[in-house]
Amino acid sequence: MDLNDLYRDVIVDHNRSPRNFRQIEPPRREADGFNPLCGDKLHVYLRISDDRIEDAAFEGSGCAISVASASMMTEFLKGKTEAEALDLFERMHELLTGEEADLDELASLGKLAALSGVRQYPTRVKCASLCWHTMKSALASGDAVSTE
Amino acid sequence: MSANPEAVLNAELDIETVRADFPILHQEVNGRTLAYLDNAASAQRPRQVIDAVSHYYSSDHANVHRGVHTLSQRATDAFEGARAKVRRFINAGSDKEIVWTRGTTEAINLVAQSWGRTHLGEGDEVLITWLEHHANIVPWQIVCEQTGARLVVTPMDDTGQIRLDEFERLLGPKTRMVALGHVSNALGTVNPVRDVVAMAKARDVPVLLDGAQAVPHMAVDVQDLDCDFYAFSGHKMFGPTGIGVLYGRESMLAEMPPWQGGGDMILAVSFDGTVYNELPWKFEAGTPNIAGAVGLGAAVDYLDGIGMSNIANREASLLAHATRVLEEVPGLRIIGTAPGKAAVISFILEGIHPHDIGTIVDHEGIAIRTGHHCAMPIMEHFGVPATARASFAFYNTEEEADRLAQALLKVREMFA
Repeated sequence: MDLNDLYRDVIVDHNRSPRNFRQIEPPRREADGFNPLCGDKLHVYLRISDDRIEDAAFEGSGCAISVASASMMTEFLKGKTEAEALDLFERMHELLTGEEADLDELASLGKLAALSGVRQYPTRVKCASLCWHTMKSALASGDAVSTE
Repeated sequence: MSANPEAVLNAELDIETVRADFPILHQEVNGRTLAYLDNAASAQRPRQVIDAVSHYYSSDHANVHRGVHTLSQRATDAFEGARAKVRRFINAGSDKEIVWTRGTTEAINLVAQSWGRTHLGEGDEVLITWLEHHANIVPWQIVCEQTGARLVVTPMDDTGQIRLDEFERLLGPKTRMVALGHVSNALGTVNPVRDVVAMAKARDVPVLLDGAQAVPHMAVDVQDLDCDFYAFSGHKMFGPTGIGVLYGRESMLAEMPPWQGGGDMILAVSFDGTVYNELPWKFEAGTPNIAGAVGLGAAVDYLDGIGMSNIANREASLLAHATRVLEEVPGLRIIGTAPGKAAVISFILEGIHPHDIGTIVDHEGIAIRTGHHCAMPIMEHFGVPATARASFAFYNTEEEADRLAQALLKVREMFA
């Protein structure tokens, strides 16, 4: 295992300068995510208009993997429909936990494909998936979610 | 303390000989020699412990206290023999005061439920400290909820020491129990347990000490400490997992009701009522972890052979060395800087999450713990979500501490 597969440049960059690291004023959907194992806490905000995600943002603290995942997620979600966002949740789940990555699939995920190295680090999968669970919960405007 | 003549003679600990006793240390992890610096989470076992468990299962196993046959007698002798070893190791007054449990957590829960539910009432207070492991917080919260008692917490200062003046102030007319850790698992602070016990005794308040992090590292004498309960775990003192000990002052245990009911804790059962067994078996319902007890007995023999004072000296010099080399890492801040510390170093690196530190140093073959260390209130006090923690045992080396410092420089490079 090469550490650079996990901490790819794009991940280090998004950790250092997280995009959309802010609140969204109401009307908004939002949810809290918490990983009790490492203390990561994220808050995800979504503004949805005409079934499309107009804006996505997050706040919180976490390791490089969880912050970079959340940062890239907010970039990727903008302009997507709710159905597309839920589909993306499933695809990310497959990317992080699946047996093998499909090259076409990787290409279609853009920067998010950088997270494919996480699957080799089972203890870190929850770091990368926390924001996605939180996003799903925000879409449903549910209560705080936990990855435990 | 049990004076082992061998230990007294053994003025210095030979590190290579000691390391040879621990098979697990001699392996590569991610292409590097393993440096195991996660002893506060769970220590490793010497061959002597592994062999004792293996021998027990290979030659002596049967159920204890039940059969007239030879194997049952051998198993009972090994099981009760281990109890006597533990009694001697912590200098308890009687084998009746040594109750086997699954670990420290179960030992504290036993006291919280058996003692707590019969002695706590509305408005009573249980006094703990900010430094506790969750295992010495949550059992008390549960019994407080059940009885209407209140949990009171002694604050700590910014070096990670409890505030004795505050403790004295909080120790009031309603305090019914004082419970605190002997040594903090998260920071390594050695608490002033003698002062605490003296203050509590002056008010006739019983004291429970969570000794999980103390017993592996220093000589513990429960009569000298004068505490009423002392809880610890086998797996942190080089014994098996799933076995631990509750020491209880005989007069306290005698008047406490059983915690769990079942086989072995009874003398006679009828549908009209049951006569409970004598101490300590009153608190040991069901078939116990016999092999675990035997393994823990072997761990006690092993520690006696090395000598607890040798271990304490060795770890003090390891702590001094590791503190020095880690402090040289730019951006590193040690959390918990009390003058009296066990060989535990909790730290953060500026701008880098402990979880990332843990993964990167693992790539160098170094095992450390990252997270809240089951002590979330401590993290809250210092305003950090988590720390990285290196915790040492007598088999660790200065070179391993140096390797950790080198690996942390790589971590910084990676995130520069």
